[in-house]
Amino acid sequence: MDYFKGTDDYVISPNLRDNVNVSIALGRPLLVKGEPGTGKTLLAHSIARGLGKKIFIWNIKSTTKAREGLYVYDTVQRLNDARFGDNDISDIKQYIKLGKLGEAFASDEQVVLLIDEIDKAEIEFPNDLLNELDEMSFYIPETGETIKARQRPIVIITSNSEKELPDPFLRRCVFHFIDFPGAELMEEIVRVHHPDIEKKLLRESLKKFYWIREFDMLRKKPSTSELIDWIQALVVGGVPIKKIETEIPFVGTLLKKKEDVDLVQTSGKNHYAYNTSSRTRDVY
Amino acid sequence: MFIDFFFNLKSQGVPVSMHEWITLHQALAANLNDCSLTKFYNIGRSILVKNEIYFDKYDIAFLDTFKDIETTDEMLEKILEGLKKVKELKLTEEEKRQIQELNLDEVLRNFEEQIRQGHYKNHVGGNKAIGTGGRSTQGAWGYNPAGIRIGQGESRHKSAVQIAEKRTFRNYSSSITLDTRQMKVALSHLRSLLPIGQGERLDLDETIDATCKNAGEIEFVWESKEKKSSKVLLLMDVGGSMTPYSTLVERLFSAASSQISRFKHYYFHNCLYQDLWIDIERNESVSTMDLLKSEDPDYKVLIVGDAEMAPSELTWKNGSVDYWYYNDTPGIVWLQKLRDKFKDIIWMNPLPRRSWSYVQSIRMIHSLFPMFELTLDGLDEGVQYLIKGKKDHLNH
Repeated sequence: MDYFKGTDDYVISPNLRDNVNVSIALGRPLLVKGEPGTGKTLLAHSIARGLGKKIFIWNIKSTTKAREGLYVYDTVQRLNDARFGDNDISDIKQYIKLGKLGEAFASDEQVVLLIDEIDKAEIEFPNDLLNELDEMSFYIPETGETIKARQRPIVIITSNSEKELPDPFLRRCVFHFIDFPGAELMEEIVRVHHPDIEKKLLRESLKKFYWIREFDMLRKKPSTSELIDWIQALVVGGVPIKKIETEIPFVGTLLKKKEDVDLVQTSGKNHYAYNTSSRTRDVY
Repeated sequence: MFIDFFFNLKSQGVPVSMHEWITLHQALAANLNDCSLTKFYNIGRSILVKNEIYFDKYDIAFLDTFKDIETTDEMLEKILEGLKKVKELKLTEEEKRQIQELNLDEVLRNFEEQIRQGHYKNHVGGNKAIGTGGRSTQGAWGYNPAGIRIGQGESRHKSAVQIAEKRTFRNYSSSITLDTRQMKVALSHLRSLLPIGQGERLDLDETIDATCKNAGEIEFVWESKEKKSSKVLLLMDVGGSMTPYSTLVERLFSAASSQISRFKHYYFHNCLYQDLWIDIERNESVSTMDLLKSEDPDYKVLIVGDAEMAPSELTWKNGSVDYWYYNDTPGIVWLQKLRDKFKDIIWMNPLPRRSWSYVQSIRMIHSLFPMFELTLDGLDEGVQYLIKGKKDHLNH
């Protein structure tokens, strides 16, 4: 049996690693939730690389229908072909195109299937997939074919909890909540992306980063990916460390909303500055 | 002992189903937890709990069920103390051979017996009881291949209970805190009640038209429905007795403003009268009457305030708490007007529900508006109310 140990380019907590292996062993989808930018999507890539398997990615949009993941029957093409006689239209098979889920099932070897941002779709979407994910098979009435997974794919599902997922769907998943990494784990994560970063720079930027995240009023808190971009900017820009202590260079890489930038900028220049929320808290 | 865990979870309000319980047993049967309680804690959580707001309740249930294990650990520690004192025993080849013959079942039986008889106090040497340097089947640094190792290596039992004890996920628990993100999730329900996104409806006339122009090759024309989103009006009490809750209100505000596209907000002090303020400092205002006249009645209205004031502020002319402010219509009349205009309207109160009946002004306002606690559960309930137009539980 496959045992996922993690990969060099992805820092994984032991809990998450255990949960990945549990979901593989039980053959159940792993539902990963957490703040944006905590590496939910990257997890699937890391698993694929770590186990040496192919990955299929099904990106969910608000208009995605469950059926599209299984197969699409291109009726319009067939209608056109019937009118102009280009192809043999009696062969329906050529008009059936498998979706990502279908491809993953049809694959000869075991693959990793990533269903990304499932909460973007309609509220009923996950329910429409219950049986397919349980049985790992589906039926195409047009051709009378049943597509059945030869090897149960390793299914990773990510969600930003924009919508609640239906209970019957949740019951079938193994759930993992990625907590926002603490400073120590974050150091490790940054080192993966910037192996030769100066220690002092790393420490100062992390200090600043967590300080910014402390603001309750932020419309959008900076996440891991933004921190990595910011550090990249700092390194490339050759910003002296002293400057990070007193101000926030390239603030646009961290904060994406004007209100947030204003809030942080007006809050003073050092680490112990005025923070609206904590100040009001101290009053009482 | 184990099934208790299931019922403990249930009684904590974690929605666990038999389906998940059986899955957990499959995992245990496959020994995915590696015989470790810490791993069992994690695996159990990932299989049984599907929302981080229940993690804290899971911790409590876990503690409740498995706290007994800690007491055995304490006992083990006592043994460990005793064990450290004595050096290793030297045995003859004959004795070693005898010891090797003991099988594991016997060792376990022996161990249990020892515990039952209370032979776990400091004990040195001897062939039966637990102790150090002895040839009995338990104890560290002793000499028996089938012996149970006590005190060597880390005690995993304790660590799992300790993790649960820390209750790191307390902050995610729905009845306590209101993180902006969680508020967003709660408020996003408001968004989901109206159709959003492009509708995919076939425009038949246009399709026929386009197909004809295309010399018979089928050309589809799709009609897209207008994008709708919910409209929310937030009225917030600021100043005075609301100051301690300002952080909470700020968070609700920031969650709402980022989550809802058509979002309006105004401020008031204690009760609202003919003016609603645009800014917290209450310098600029709009007329409440204009608002009532001009806005659509399909706004979802959330009023946030502690509703704690002198009854005169509600019922008297010129009853406003601000001495410079004159109102010729009593506050309660304005509130009634507001309620008559907007069908979907709720009052969010940061004070705990149990205190509501002790304050007269809260009782008066509660009789006008459905009132909910300003906690995540309360917000959820309130949003549900706005969507369905009725309360799920009649618990007020």
